[in-house]
Amino acid sequence: MTAITAPDTGFVGLASKRGRRRPSLLIAVSTLIMLLVVASAIFGSLLAPQAANAQNLLYGVHPSSAQHLLGTDDFGRDIFSRLIVGARAAVIGPALIAIGALVIGNALGLIAGYVGGRVDYFIMRLADLVWALPGLLIAIVVVGVIGGGYYVAVVVLIVLTFPVDARIVRGATLQQRNMPYVEAAATLGLSPLRLMIRHIWPNLLPLVMANTFLNFAFSLVSLSGLSFLGLGVPLNTPDWGGMLAQNLPLLQSNALACLAPAIALVLTATSMNLIGDWTYERLSDRGRAR
Amino acid sequence: MRARLIAIFLIRRALALLVLLLMISFLVFGLLYLAPGNAIQVLLGTHPASRSVIAALTAKYHLGDSFFEQYLFWLKGAIHLDLGVSIQTGQTVTTLIGGRIGVTIFLGIYAFLISVLLGVPGGVIAAMRNRTVADRAIVGISLLGVSVPAFVSGVFLLYLLAIDAGWFPIYGPGTGFVDELWHLTLPAFALAIGVMALILKLTRAAMVTVLEQDYIAFAQSRGVSPARVIIRHGLRNALGPIVTAGGLILGVVLTGAVLVEQVFALPGIGSLLITAVGTKDVPVVQGFTLLAAAILIGANFLIDLCYLFIDPRMTTGRAAI
Repeated sequence: MTAITAPDTGFVGLASKRGRRRPSLLIAVSTLIMLLVVASAIFGSLLAPQAANAQNLLYGVHPSSAQHLLGTDDFGRDIFSRLIVGARAAVIGPALIAIGALVIGNALGLIAGYVGGRVDYFIMRLADLVWALPGLLIAIVVVGVIGGGYYVAVVVLIVLTFPVDARIVRGATLQQRNMPYVEAAATLGLSPLRLMIRHIWPNLLPLVMANTFLNFAFSLVSLSGLSFLGLGVPLNTPDWGGMLAQNLPLLQSNALACLAPAIALVLTATSMNLIGDWTYERLSDRGRAR
Repeated sequence: MRARLIAIFLIRRALALLVLLLMISFLVFGLLYLAPGNAIQVLLGTHPASRSVIAALTAKYHLGDSFFEQYLFWLKGAIHLDLGVSIQTGQTVTTLIGGRIGVTIFLGIYAFLISVLLGVPGGVIAAMRNRTVADRAIVGISLLGVSVPAFVSGVFLLYLLAIDAGWFPIYGPGTGFVDELWHLTLPAFALAIGVMALILKLTRAAMVTVLEQDYIAFAQSRGVSPARVIIRHGLRNALGPIVTAGGLILGVVLTGAVLVEQVFALPGIGSLLITAVGTKDVPVVQGFTLLAAAILIGANFLIDLCYLFIDPRMTTGRAAI
């Protein structure tokens, strides 16, 4: 943060430059946190000081100590190790949802925006419908009744995310469609498919990236909620939401067992939201309106 | 003329929403068939299967009929508030939900009031101080609010204010209005953080756009008092987008309530759903889902009504759901 803030001149060029400089420290910290989380997700069990599922029933619950940085849960399992290994469930599902929604949403959004017609109408109505639906609640009901846990939830959340993505991409495509470069490319006789993918889509990339980051954060919050309710990952797999639920009764004996995964969740989701918002703000001065 | 337009608009909306509710009821009925195992097994639950019980169930739920006939039969019951019998408890689903919905409604309204009272003024202030330190701080808080799921904020509040400081009860809904208010304060705040963040974000975005309009500058130059400019000229025009998101907000409240009830061990319909899901009590899950859908759809209709009062231009033309 700089100590002196320039008065708002309303001059667009200046405002966007200021926005580009501003968040450096916060974004650097967020990026660092995300790198740590992703590294833990990839190398999880190698980085963890102890086996995440090694039980020691005789040892039981203990607060933090030299051997167990964050203490142990009531099975004597090391919380710190479980936290690190649990990063995997916090990354894979949200990443799958964000990428799944990205692929489907972008394809449909480009078609809706560029081709228009019935596809456009259908996608817009679908987005209208899905927008106000409580996704997590639907995931709870579907996973609760048909079972399948984590990955069924991932599919449900992709289905409930991509129409909204499609609407965002459609809007941006509509803006691009009348630009001279699109007309020029069309005049050159490029196929619509090539035009959409090679010419229009790269111009939407910043918006698409920002939206994907925000989707990741939102999916993380939803999926961990599901695991908190016992509907996510299988019982023995370390997962932040699941740890929170299992260790809730330990708040009085080893509060860190419950608070550490909670903090990890909040830090990861906040970092991803910050990175997403920052990407979005960099490309426009539309503020944080999504 | 205007009254007729409004009437046509409302009837069209009501019909569209009814059709939607009908579609959802079809999906909800389908849940029974989506569940692993056949309908008889689902309805039997943990009860021993004897030939006579199976015969009785088949007759009762018309399982020998076609899928569509069964659906019509179920729908007829649902319209008369007969949602079947819970497999686990043997009570009717209506009784179960009726006994528990009070806590959830109390919690939801409490949290909603907190969110609106903090979120709307917060969003307005952030928009007025657009791109200043105050704005950044408010937006930062709301960003944190969006990133913290209701169950996480619940755990933090539980630890800090109930266990560590001992100011609030740890669990349970309490008895009597004052005691209930007391018991539900922490859960309501846990739930309100995310909802407030959403309302704040929507209010800020809408207000930023409105405050840039010429009529705001014009009102200011006419010498209208700042408070009046903000509230009468600004907020009233910004209300549209906020109210439109009412369905979204209600969805967040409902979902949050399920999680928060779990953290604070509150006997609301959220914890009823989770118990039912855990024991594969499909009729209860069906009942909850149908109720949630009806609430959301009813709210959407109310939102349309509100919209008419906020923005008289919107008699026609608003897109379907």
